[in-house]
Amino acid sequence: MKSAGPTPRNDLPLRHTVPNGLAVSLRDLRMTFPGQRGQPPVEVIAGIDLDVHVGEFVVLVGPSGCGKSTVLNILGGFQQASGGQIVVGGQPVHGPDPRRIFVFQENGVFPWLNVVDNIGFGLSKHSRAEREQLIAHYVEMVGLKGFEKAYPRELSGGMRQRVELARALAANPEIIWMDEPFGALDYLTRLKMRSDLVRIWQSERKTIVFVTHDIDEAVQLADRVVVLTPRPAKIAAIVPIDLPRPRDMDAPDYLHARDRIFEAMGNLALARGR
Amino acid sequence: MSLAQPRSTPTWLALLLPLTVAVIFIGIWHVAVSWTQSLIFPRPWEVVEGMLELATKGVLHKYIISSLFRVLWSFAIAALLGVPFGLLLGWWRPANLAFNPILQLLRPISPIAWIPLSILWFGLSEAAPMFLIFLSSFFPITLSSMAAVRNIQPVYLRAASNFGLGRFRLFTAVILPATLPQILTGLRIALGIAWLVVVAAEMVVVNPKAGGLGYLINDSRSAGRYDLVVAGMVLIGVIGLILDLLIRQLEKFDEVRWAYATQ
Repeated sequence: MKSAGPTPRNDLPLRHTVPNGLAVSLRDLRMTFPGQRGQPPVEVIAGIDLDVHVGEFVVLVGPSGCGKSTVLNILGGFQQASGGQIVVGGQPVHGPDPRRIFVFQENGVFPWLNVVDNIGFGLSKHSRAEREQLIAHYVEMVGLKGFEKAYPRELSGGMRQRVELARALAANPEIIWMDEPFGALDYLTRLKMRSDLVRIWQSERKTIVFVTHDIDEAVQLADRVVVLTPRPAKIAAIVPIDLPRPRDMDAPDYLHARDRIFEAMGNLALARGR
Repeated sequence: MSLAQPRSTPTWLALLLPLTVAVIFIGIWHVAVSWTQSLIFPRPWEVVEGMLELATKGVLHKYIISSLFRVLWSFAIAALLGVPFGLLLGWWRPANLAFNPILQLLRPISPIAWIPLSILWFGLSEAAPMFLIFLSSFFPITLSSMAAVRNIQPVYLRAASNFGLGRFRLFTAVILPATLPQILTGLRIALGIAWLVVVAAEMVVVNPKAGGLGYLINDSRSAGRYDLVVAGMVLIGVIGLILDLLIRQLEKFDEVRWAYATQ
């Protein structure tokens, strides 16, 4: 795909580099929620080992309620794991960090700010001119030109997610965590958002860890798909997707990759029956 | 969008219907007074005459200004103290634990019950009615500001912490704008209550020289002038409506409209 988007920015210092080239390193990640009202504790994550390389696009898939969002919340610093080693950017995670930005499922943008002010939210330390330039750059990148002054309530769900993606990108993070960011959108919008995300990822080269329950979404986006088991989550399989982007959803290799993920989820019969 | 919502009503009908009801209401009033041949209860036009009489004597605008002055100052002080106090209670748990019980205990005490104490403390000075009005609006303002903080969507706080906001920016860039709509609703309710209470306060604790609409009603009752009693009531209704319409204008700003607009 030709890169039609804006040129990659070079106005900010290079992202800090990690010695071993690992953006994320999980060793025996465990999570157990205390039982409520006399119930026994609930084990959600039962030991996950995972490395994510700098610049890689990794997608976690698993059945609903399997604990994949919990993994992302722990990586994002919003939840504390019960056990294991969680290293992000070469350091143990102690909490949320502006060097990696979380993109929420929906309504993560601030409804009291218009598009421009939302995108500029993480840029308060920049000069006014720099800020305006960055905002304009990312407004264009996510395709929101002409909507600069609009408020989130005036935008469609897809456009609101574009605002949030732009807000994350503008802060120039090393990693972007995405928690089913297209889950609340209709089918066609979702397809368009995926292809735009791929285009943006190719020009920005951020590490992305993306959570979804949609297998097609995983195959279209990922360098590697990490398939999780039902709760308590363990890794069922890691499926590398070595296909050029944008990906042809009818190509035999694509269908093969999809089958492998279905298989790992124990649903191959269902996949064949479609 | 809901099925219960009617199709848009034509403008002429939206004007004609309430007007008809008003005319019928005034008609019944007139007929009822004529039929019972009441010597005390005024007919509608006698109320209008009473108002004109007050206006020509120059007391009408004086009383209106007195009442408005009391309400707006007491309300402003209550808002200035209540909003920050409520935000603090909503945000800082120790403050909440310390103050919430006593607030909940004081809140159900009607401002009317404070009248004896306000006379004891302030006599017949301006401070007496203003104290009562302050009390009536301070509690709703504080409690709605407190609730506003607790109702902030967790996702906004998560996003804020993700962008590494310091305490000051967290407050100015997220907490304040996120709570503003509910604070405004609390202010609107409190202003309505303050306007209700000013009448009661002026009936009991007011210097006759300063007057006020509540004073007008009570004074006219003593003089047997029921046309002026009703005139005072009508004025209170009209001014209360205008106050509410004015404060509602604030809800149209983009900074708060997001919370009221239905999606």
